[in-house]
Amino acid sequence: MFAADYDSTTHYDEMFAPDGTCRPHYEPFFETLKGVSIEKLKQLQFTTDKAQMAMGMTFNVYHDKQGIEKILHLDIIPRIINAAEWKKIDEGLKQRIYALNLFIDDIYNDQKILKDNVIPAGLIESCPGYLKQCIGLKPPKGIWCHITGTDLIRDRDGEFYVLEDNLRCPSGVSYQLESRELIKRVFPNLFSNLGVSPISDYPIRLLNMLEYVSGKKKPVVGLLTPGIYNSAYFEHSYLAHAMGVELVVGQDLVVKNNRVYMQTTSGHEQIDVLYRRIDDTFLDPLAFNPDSQLGVPGLFQAYKAGQIAIANAPGTGVADDKAVYAYVPRIIKYYLNEEPILANVPTYLCSEKKDRDYVLSHLNELVVKETNAAGGVGMMIGPRASKQEIEMFNKRIRKNPRNYIAQPTLSLSTVPTLSDRQLEPRHVDLRPYVLYGQDIEVIPGAFTRVALRKGSLIVNSSQGGGSKDTWVLQEEHLS
Amino acid sequence: MLSRVANCVYWLGRYLERSENYSRFIDVNFNLMLDLPPNVKEQWEPLIRATGDYQLYINQYENFDRQTAIYFLAFDDNNPNSLCMSITKARENARIARDYLTKESWEKLNEIYLFVKEGMKNEIWKKDDSAEFFRDVKYGIQLLYGIADNSVARTEGWYISHLGQYLERADKTSRILDVKYHILLPSVDEVGSPLDFLHWTALLKSVSGFSTYRRFYGKIDPVRVVELLVLDKYFPRSIFFCLTNAEICLKKLSGTTGKGYSNSAEKKLGALQSKLEYEDVDDVISYGLHEYLDSLQIEINHISDAIHDNFFKIKQEFTSQKNIQE
Repeated sequence: MFAADYDSTTHYDEMFAPDGTCRPHYEPFFETLKGVSIEKLKQLQFTTDKAQMAMGMTFNVYHDKQGIEKILHLDIIPRIINAAEWKKIDEGLKQRIYALNLFIDDIYNDQKILKDNVIPAGLIESCPGYLKQCIGLKPPKGIWCHITGTDLIRDRDGEFYVLEDNLRCPSGVSYQLESRELIKRVFPNLFSNLGVSPISDYPIRLLNMLEYVSGKKKPVVGLLTPGIYNSAYFEHSYLAHAMGVELVVGQDLVVKNNRVYMQTTSGHEQIDVLYRRIDDTFLDPLAFNPDSQLGVPGLFQAYKAGQIAIANAPGTGVADDKAVYAYVPRIIKYYLNEEPILANVPTYLCSEKKDRDYVLSHLNELVVKETNAAGGVGMMIGPRASKQEIEMFNKRIRKNPRNYIAQPTLSLSTVPTLSDRQLEPRHVDLRPYVLYGQDIEVIPGAFTRVALRKGSLIVNSSQGGGSKDTWVLQEEHLS
Repeated sequence: MLSRVANCVYWLGRYLERSENYSRFIDVNFNLMLDLPPNVKEQWEPLIRATGDYQLYINQYENFDRQTAIYFLAFDDNNPNSLCMSITKARENARIARDYLTKESWEKLNEIYLFVKEGMKNEIWKKDDSAEFFRDVKYGIQLLYGIADNSVARTEGWYISHLGQYLERADKTSRILDVKYHILLPSVDEVGSPLDFLHWTALLKSVSGFSTYRRFYGKIDPVRVVELLVLDKYFPRSIFFCLTNAEICLKKLSGTTGKGYSNSAEKKLGALQSKLEYEDVDDVISYGLHEYLDSLQIEINHISDAIHDNFFKIKQEFTSQKNIQE
C-alpha cells in the first residue's frame, strides 16, 4: 500500500519517523489501514469526491468567462496532530494574535511602537494595507482581528513555523468542517477510539464572537458576501446557513442616519454586526475605492459612529504585509515582553541594505516573495528557478526593494497521500483558525493543504493543491 | 426575508415547476408515440407549440423530429426555457438563497442538476430509451417537494416559493390545454376513435390528471376536460386550484386576513380568482377557449409583475443590477 521508496528521511514525515517506524499518535490509524486494501481506499476516495460534488462543496474557476465549478480535492488520509504538539500551537497562536491585535490598534492610534523605533515608521506608511481612513479608529471591544487563519509549516527539525498570519478574510474553514463530516464516514470506527477533538461547533463559536462584539443582547447578524460568483461563495453560504444569519450582498443594505438596514420583504431591518467577506477597500465606495459595486455607501461612517460592528475590522491588512511579518517576533516582545512561542521563518527584508546584499547574492538558494501578494503568486523559489527568473527578480528587487522579502527554502513536512495506486509522501501546510471575542479561541483542527504533485511545495488550491482533514487528538489520550 | 433573496426563492419555485412540467411533457409524449399506429408520424410540434417557444424553434431547426425536439426542449442552450436551463436557473437561485434552504433540499436539487448535466454530456436526446431519463428527473423533483414538505417551516420562504410554483403551474396548464385542444378538436370525425382517445389521454397525463378525470367523469368528453383543467376546485393542477392556492400564499405573505386586499398583487390575483370561481365551463367555451386562456396567461404575467413590485423591488440606484428573470 505504501510506496516502496516512501521517504521519511529527507523531510519531516507526519506519520513515519526517519527510521521508518510509525509515530505513536498515528499507530491506531496505521492498524486500521492494515485491514483495508488499496482498492477499498480508492473506492472510498471516489465516494468522497462524489459526495463533495453532491454537496455543492465547490469553488468557481473562471476560464474564458465561463464559470466552472470544481471541487477542492480532499485526500482521505488524515493529518493527525498529537495533544502535546497542539498545545504549543494553541498557546503560540493565542500569544501571536493577542500581540498583533495590540500592534494594529497601536499603529492606528498612539503609534508607540513607531515612536520607540522598534519598527521604522516608513515601513508602515508604505504598506498598501495601511489605511489612512482607519487612523484614530476604536473598534468595538478593541478587537481588530476577530478571525484569523494562520499558515504554519513544519520544517525538517520537526518545529512548526508561522509562514503567514492571514488577518484579513481567511477562507477554508467551511472545507475543514465539511471535510470532517466526509472523513467521518470513511473511518467511522477510528473517531470513537482515537479521541479526535470535535470542530463542528465552530459556527456557534463564530456567532457567539459576533454577538459579543456587537455589545447587544440579541443583535441582528449578517454575512456580507461579494455574491455567487466569488470563489469562496460556498463558504459564505455555508457559514451563514450554519449560524442562521442573513447572507447579504451590498445591494441589500442601505445606510440612513449612520444606521445600516437590510431591505426585506417587510421593510427595513437594522443590522448590528457584519461578518464581511469582501476586501477592505471594497467595503464602502464613499470611504475607500469609489468604483466598488460590492460595498455599501456610508457603511464606514456608520461603523465609525459605533452603530455597527464589523469583523474583521478594516485596516488589519497592514499586519499581513510580509515586511511587517518579519517584525512579529519583535512585536510580541514589545507588547507582551515575552519570547514568541511559535517561531517565524527567518526573513530577509530587501529594504535593508545588509539583508538585500545577502539576498541578491543568494537568489538561487532563497524563496523571494512580494510583500503584498498572496496565493502563491509573485514568488520565486530560488533552487527551482531558471536563470531568467533569477535575473528578473534581481532587477525587480533592485528597482523596488520595499516590495520584496526573502526566506530560506524551507522543507514542508509530508503526509501519506493517495496517489494512483499507492500511498506516497506529499507536502502539507497547516491553517488553524483563531477567533478573538471575549477570549481568544483556537479551533482544535485545521485546514491542511496538500501539494498533490510529487515533490511540489505549492499547496494553493489554484495551483494543484488539495486538502486533508486534520485530527487534533484530545489531551486524555496522551500516552 | 431579504427582498433579493425572496425574489430568488420565488423564481426557484417557478423554475422547479417548469423543470418538472417539461420532463413530464416529454415523458408523456414519448409514451404517446409508442401507442401511435406505425403510419402516423411522431408528433413533437404540438409540444413545442405548447411551451410557447415555437418561433424560437423554427428559427433554428427545420424538422420536428424526435431528436431535435427533445434536444430543444431539454438541453438547448439557446432555449431559455429548456429543462437544462430551467434546472440550472433553479439551482442558481437556490445557491443565492442557500442559507434559507435546508441542507437536504439543497443537496437533492444539486443532485438533480448534476444528473441533468450528466444527461447532456451523455447526449440523452440521441438515445432511444431517453424516456426513463425524464421520468427520473420528474421523480427527482417530486422527491425534492416531498423532502421540503416534511422539513421546511411554513414561514415566508415556503409561501413565496409556493406562490411561484402555483402561478407557474397555472400558466403551464393553460398552455398545454390551449395547444392540445386546438389540435384535437378538428378531428371531430374521429371522436371516440382509439387515436382520439390516445390524444386526450396524453393531454390529461401531461398534467397528471388522467386518473382524476376518470374518477370524476368517466368517458372522455372535451368539454369536461376543459372543466377539469380550468375550473375544478379539487384537482391540484387546475387553473382555479392554482390561483386559489397562490392567493392563500400571497395573503400569508402580506398578512392580510379575511376578504379584500392590501396591495396591488393581491387585488389582481383576487380579482382573477373570483372571476373563475363564478364561471362555468359554458362561459369559457362561449368566450372562446383560446381567447380565454390567452387572457388568463396575460393576467398571470401582470400578477407576477405586481408581486415583484410589492415584495422584491430593490432600491432605485441599483436598478441596473435588478435580477430580471422570466
